[in-house]
Amino acid sequence: MMLELVATALITLGTVFFIAGTVGLLRFPDIYCRLHALTKADGLGLALIALGLALMADGFGEVFRIILIWFFVALASATSGHLIAAHARRVDRERET
Amino acid sequence: MNDPFLLFDLLLASAVIALAVATLSVRDLFASIVLFVIFGLLSALAWVRLSAPDVALAEAAIGTGVTGALLLKTLHHMRFVTGRLGQDAAESVTPAQPVPAPVIWANAALCGLITLGLAMAFFAAPQAGPGFEALVTDAMPESGVTHPVTAVLLNFRSYDTLMEVVVLLAAVIAVWQIERGLSEAPAPALGEIWHGFARLTLPAIVVVGTYLLWKGSEAPGGAFQSGAVLAAVGLLLLLSRNYVPRPAHRGLARWAFVLGTGVFAAIALLVAGGGREVFEYPAEHAYSLILLIEGLVTISIAVTLAALFHGREPVALAIEEKRHDT
Repeated sequence: MMLELVATALITLGTVFFIAGTVGLLRFPDIYCRLHALTKADGLGLALIALGLALMADGFGEVFRIILIWFFVALASATSGHLIAAHARRVDRERET
Repeated sequence: MNDPFLLFDLLLASAVIALAVATLSVRDLFASIVLFVIFGLLSALAWVRLSAPDVALAEAAIGTGVTGALLLKTLHHMRFVTGRLGQDAAESVTPAQPVPAPVIWANAALCGLITLGLAMAFFAAPQAGPGFEALVTDAMPESGVTHPVTAVLLNFRSYDTLMEVVVLLAAVIAVWQIERGLSEAPAPALGEIWHGFARLTLPAIVVVGTYLLWKGSEAPGGAFQSGAVLAAVGLLLLLSRNYVPRPAHRGLARWAFVLGTGVFAAIALLVAGGGREVFEYPAEHAYSLILLIEGLVTISIAVTLAALFHGREPVALAIEEKRHDT
């Protein structure tokens, strides 16, 4: 019961971060700020949701799979954030010259 | 509001329709592709809600992942190599030339015909009938596998599946024929972080792809899903330039393209005789035969999809050493 409560709190907090990231994506002025909001807030939101789900999972196998999902989604999100920012910077530089 | 999922389902259904409309109506081709990918992901979620995890996996892996990559690659090719959209269009957001109205109307008419056909088929089908579930359940012991979807795809209706593999083969043959004269698209330099990402994910993709194939006999998974996931290995290798296709590899690639179709058709024909029809696997060997077919078809699908992503047949022009920063 206690575990369930903690898990629910973590997942709720995680969705709050996701919503914050989405608001940032919609409201921030340029691509770098938007990427910042998206990668930071969603990364934290994902970790919180994964943690909450891991608490409710039955068995080590499920926990392991949730950890794997967290790891690879976080990795992919960080890498794509970097790639988008690098591309945006290159385009900006080309425009200036 | 008896069902707590009703609200979620309604939201999901409206989001899928809205994304479909947005994908078709947005002018920017890149935005259109991104919307299409999101549309595919939400469709996969919808399939999960319809309790069809096999279709969801296929939609996510093939319909969204591989197709999205193919579309982006095509856009890149159009912008930077063939110059169809011109350099201006590469920077700005609108296509250089609007699509002519007759083309739009012709497409709309054809899509309308398909929708009409589907609607007629849907209304002509017996409502609330028993379906084929009972038939499939009865025949499961003869199939050699324990997952009903795999039993239908690889045993009861394996003719359809063979045709799907043939479609992929035809696609790659067409691409290799048509793209012969085109120059190679410049590969973007993706940098150190991308290489680290490729190194970390590559082994994991191999494991996931093989697991999907192996698991297919008893749970959702199978050749198409596994092949699409394994094709991602090819995409990563091509994008990170750890593998550069060379003309000498053409023979091997051709064998890999036809391997699945060839073995599938050969087994289907060879099991005939002795009172059995074509495609009627002997029950005691059904599991091994299905696994053999699925394994080889997976290899063919993975290689074919990766080859489609690369595009043209590798030819001896010695330009692959060049790196472009675009």
